[in-house]
Amino acid sequence: MSLQEELQGPPPAKLVVDHISKWFRQKRQIVHALDDISLEVEEGEFIVIVGPSGCGKSTLLDTIAGLEKPDKGRVLADNQPVLAPGRHRLVMFQESALFPWLNAFGNVMFGLKLKPGLRNRERREVAKFFLHLVGLEKFMEANVHELSGGMKQRVALARALAPNPRVLLMDEPFAALDAMTREQLYGDIQKIWQKRRKTIIFVTHNVREAACLADRVVIMTPTPGRIREIFKVDLPRLRDFNSIEIARHASKLTAALKGYLAPEPAVSME
Amino acid sequence: MKRGLLAILFFVALVAIWGALVQAKIWSPVLLPSPRSVAQYLISALRDGTLVQATEVTLRRLLLGYFIGLAVGLPLGLLTASLKFAEDTIGVLALGLQTLPSVCWVPLALLWFGQTEGAMLFVVIMGTVWSVVIATDTGVRTIPPIYARAARTMGSIGFHKWMRVILPASLPFLVSGMKQGWAFAWRSLMAAEIFVTILTGFGLGNLLHYGRELNAMDQVIGVMLVIVIIGLLADKILFSPWERFLHRRWGTGRT
Repeated sequence: MSLQEELQGPPPAKLVVDHISKWFRQKRQIVHALDDISLEVEEGEFIVIVGPSGCGKSTLLDTIAGLEKPDKGRVLADNQPVLAPGRHRLVMFQESALFPWLNAFGNVMFGLKLKPGLRNRERREVAKFFLHLVGLEKFMEANVHELSGGMKQRVALARALAPNPRVLLMDEPFAALDAMTREQLYGDIQKIWQKRRKTIIFVTHNVREAACLADRVVIMTPTPGRIREIFKVDLPRLRDFNSIEIARHASKLTAALKGYLAPEPAVSME
Repeated sequence: MKRGLLAILFFVALVAIWGALVQAKIWSPVLLPSPRSVAQYLISALRDGTLVQATEVTLRRLLLGYFIGLAVGLPLGLLTASLKFAEDTIGVLALGLQTLPSVCWVPLALLWFGQTEGAMLFVVIMGTVWSVVIATDTGVRTIPPIYARAARTMGSIGFHKWMRVILPASLPFLVSGMKQGWAFAWRSLMAAEIFVTILTGFGLGNLLHYGRELNAMDQVIGVMLVIVIIGLLADKILFSPWERFLHRRWGTGRT
């Protein structure tokens, strides 16, 4: 594969979540984390999953990543069942999960080095390209502890994008950042998504964030984790986080969430 | 620069106080030799080669035993951290033996190996291995699980995961474990050399022992000084590069 093709990247993938259920066995009880979840995600679609903590949204993301196995049902990526984590579906975590023993460049290279079919010189080019894309070309040599929270998440984004996955899975990636940095990243992630055309699944508990980023917002409720409703957000890009339109959509989402959060028994006792 | 000057001043003052105490003649010069006579001993021992030879013998025993200890301890620590079975067996054994002062291995080593290099090596290895096992084990266990998860999504599994994620991630603990292992090895070797004359080579501990036998206090203090200096140098040469790396990358520890 040539460097140009590599930088261009593969087409985004179609995802099918097919009736998955998941239980977690804890000491005294069994937690029903996911209950019969089905979802179809189009190629290149930006899906945001919203729900209160404990609604299973991170578990769903991990299952799509292949980090967790569903007890029932299956996940298909381009019609292939997902059995284990794979290079085509990379994850960005809430904490950056950057490796402190490597500098920014080394972190971006980590996934690239595990990708066959590239020469090392090409890998370095690709890593530089993506650090440039997230605006950190000047911080290649920086150590992780020297970066601010926002910069860490940018490096993590570059690391996830560099091996050219077809799906990007983001688990509350901006939750730990301050408001200013976050708003800047909303713009950046939309631009990068348009440039790179990835299928993105983004988990958050922030409805405004959901309205700002998503093509479709999936609303989940806890115990057991269920999909309650799917909202389409038909607003032009780039969307401004502070616009009235976003606020209007966000309040609709909030109202829907509140409506669903009627008390239910939290766990089933064994 | 200023720090260095202050340090030099401190040590000059120490020697001056020592000299003054000798001058005051509170204790017999046999018990407290003057700085000058200690320096004279060191110079003559350097000239006739006894000091250099003893240092060589001691360092050879120490380094050989230490690196064998590392080579054994590191994989064992990885094993106890990853296998329940190893944790319940080797892990418990390591914890128990680590609390055993390593000098306690000397009688056993002598009975098993006689007055040979093997006995010395055994004592040093036993002093090193267990603390390295414990440190490696702790290091691997305290790695945030998110590192392994992130690595897994990028396709790092098996050997690659161990070499490129688990080992580097536990480096802060490994280095402190290696330091502790070094300290234990150094102490146990000195004890063994003082207690036992090994005919295949006289180490620094032997020199110390004969200093006592001959009532040569200048020799005793001189050799002690050499032992202190070697300890300091080893710390700087063996561990400073690692600690600098840790400081730079993790942003922790001292420079």
